[in-house]
Amino acid sequence: MAQQTIQPSPGAPDALPPDGRRPAGTVRPRRAPRPRTVVVTAVAWLIAAVFLLPYVQMVITALRPAGELRDATYLPTEFAWSNFIDVWRESNLGSNLRVTLLVAGGSTLLVLLVAIPAAYYTARVKYRGRKLFLLLVLVTQMFQPTSLLVGLYREFHQLDMLNSVWTLVLCNAAFNLAFAIWILTAYFSAIPVQLEEAAMIDGLGRGGALLRVTLPLALPGVVTAVIFTFIAAWNEFVMGLTLSTVPESQPLTVGINSFIGNYTVQWNYLFAASVIAIVPVVVLFAFIERHVVSGLTAGSVK
Amino acid sequence: MSSKVTAGGRRPPRTGRSGTRRSGLGRLGPLPWIGPAVLLIVVVVLWPVYEMVRTSFLKISVSGFVRGWAGLDKYRQLFDEPGLGSVITATVVWTVGVVALTMVLSLALAQLFDQRFPGRRVTRWALIAPWAASVLMTAIGFKWMLDRTAGVLNTVMTDLGIIDTPRDWLGDPATAWPWMMFVAVFVSLPFTTYTLLAGLQTVPGEVYEAARVDGAGVWQTYRRITLPLLRPAFLVGVVINLINVFNSFPVIWGMTRGGPDSDTATTTVFMYQLKSSDIGESAAMSVVNFALVVVMVAAFLKVSRWNQEEV
Repeated sequence: MAQQTIQPSPGAPDALPPDGRRPAGTVRPRRAPRPRTVVVTAVAWLIAAVFLLPYVQMVITALRPAGELRDATYLPTEFAWSNFIDVWRESNLGSNLRVTLLVAGGSTLLVLLVAIPAAYYTARVKYRGRKLFLLLVLVTQMFQPTSLLVGLYREFHQLDMLNSVWTLVLCNAAFNLAFAIWILTAYFSAIPVQLEEAAMIDGLGRGGALLRVTLPLALPGVVTAVIFTFIAAWNEFVMGLTLSTVPESQPLTVGINSFIGNYTVQWNYLFAASVIAIVPVVVLFAFIERHVVSGLTAGSVK
Repeated sequence: MSSKVTAGGRRPPRTGRSGTRRSGLGRLGPLPWIGPAVLLIVVVVLWPVYEMVRTSFLKISVSGFVRGWAGLDKYRQLFDEPGLGSVITATVVWTVGVVALTMVLSLALAQLFDQRFPGRRVTRWALIAPWAASVLMTAIGFKWMLDRTAGVLNTVMTDLGIIDTPRDWLGDPATAWPWMMFVAVFVSLPFTTYTLLAGLQTVPGEVYEAARVDGAGVWQTYRRITLPLLRPAFLVGVVINLINVFNSFPVIWGMTRGGPDSDTATTTVFMYQLKSSDIGESAAMSVVNFALVVVMVAAFLKVSRWNQEEV
């Protein structure tokens, strides 16, 4: 942080030292950019465009009138905004969206409730079985839902819990738990114990100290865990496909996949639905872009 | 959650000792804290593992009715599948290829987006798009762009003269594989690049200053200073990508469904294809699948000597 850099006296902000060089941390006057910066900027913008193109193409397709769908043109002659209304009216998108919201919201909440105490205790106390617990978390990270599909299906079939939103909440929470515990343990470890001890001397129990002192300080870590879990659960496909077999209980990803029929694909509707599913997450991600780096930084430093 | 707070809301200050020992939660030990996490992992992760292994030894009808033990029959049946050898080979090539390409490209991207330039925030935000959008939808998007008649990539390539006539890229395994690997790299880049960007933040600026004073060139600085300091983030990126790419189902399922037959299937997709015909054999495939992941990750960790470095 450059907060402690020596600043010129407030009365004369623009006074330069005799050698003409500004002290570090002050704003430089505007001048022609260096060629290196120009190249870096151009390349970065080009790459950004490449990363966005597939999604731009999705939007264009979503707006194609049915008659121009299979034309080999870059843009349709007119944009059919009614596609969005049609797809909403004629498919299960409403209930798919409801399921996805419940699953993403519910599993995020569950992850927080379960991961915060576990991560906090693991960061603070050297209890018996701590190594074993950390190993268990690591193993969970290795097991992807995809590799356990048969087992998951058989288990929830026996429990008679197929086609239930709660099953998807439980599953999404469990498979995102490892990452949340990992990030949160890193954050909690970085917060000085003395702060909590002071709070506990003042009469708060460990739980109170966690809630009132540590948690607010670890907020960036909590935000990171929330975002990662929410987005992973929002985009989850494989478990939804396997554990929900009736259209009403399927999440958005599975609903959208079902636009791909055996013989025909309604591409414009498919992408109209996709755009509806993608936009909220992209907006959410845009807001927290900064947290992503700081969250991952804490995670990789440990 | 806190221990009993008396009417005044304060307890007499205690000196020297933290409150853990005497508060109600402290006496119960770690159970109230880590119990729920362990329970969730046991019910949703470990139970299915047990169920999967058990299923691989069972005779189960298509309708889900258990008809007794099958012993190792399902494994024998699996290893007798004529396509299995090529599916496993394809899986290894897929995983190693996609992870290697992802790591190399991410190193370059992280270095680029770590620079200061106008519009850094906006361009970084664009980089995140494939991460925010679901992998399945990105895969379906590419399937559409590669469509034989209406796909925009065919249109662009014919307009640029790269190909004479539009081609059915995903219909032929020889061209479907490279395109699916391209998409898999595309969706893996955001997370990996961001992990490496985070790693770059941890390199103290003074180190570069010192290198410059010592007269080190750009490339020399990168190889001798940046790369070694990026090691922890790099290893995290490789391991997470190995696990994700190996299990990557939506890319292949969204683009070819593993077909024609199992010509574009990895072991994970093959397992899903088997699920509808014989769930026992599919479970056997899952067990073999998991053994393969463990071997790959363990091999990588051994090569990179993970333990010695205490990452």
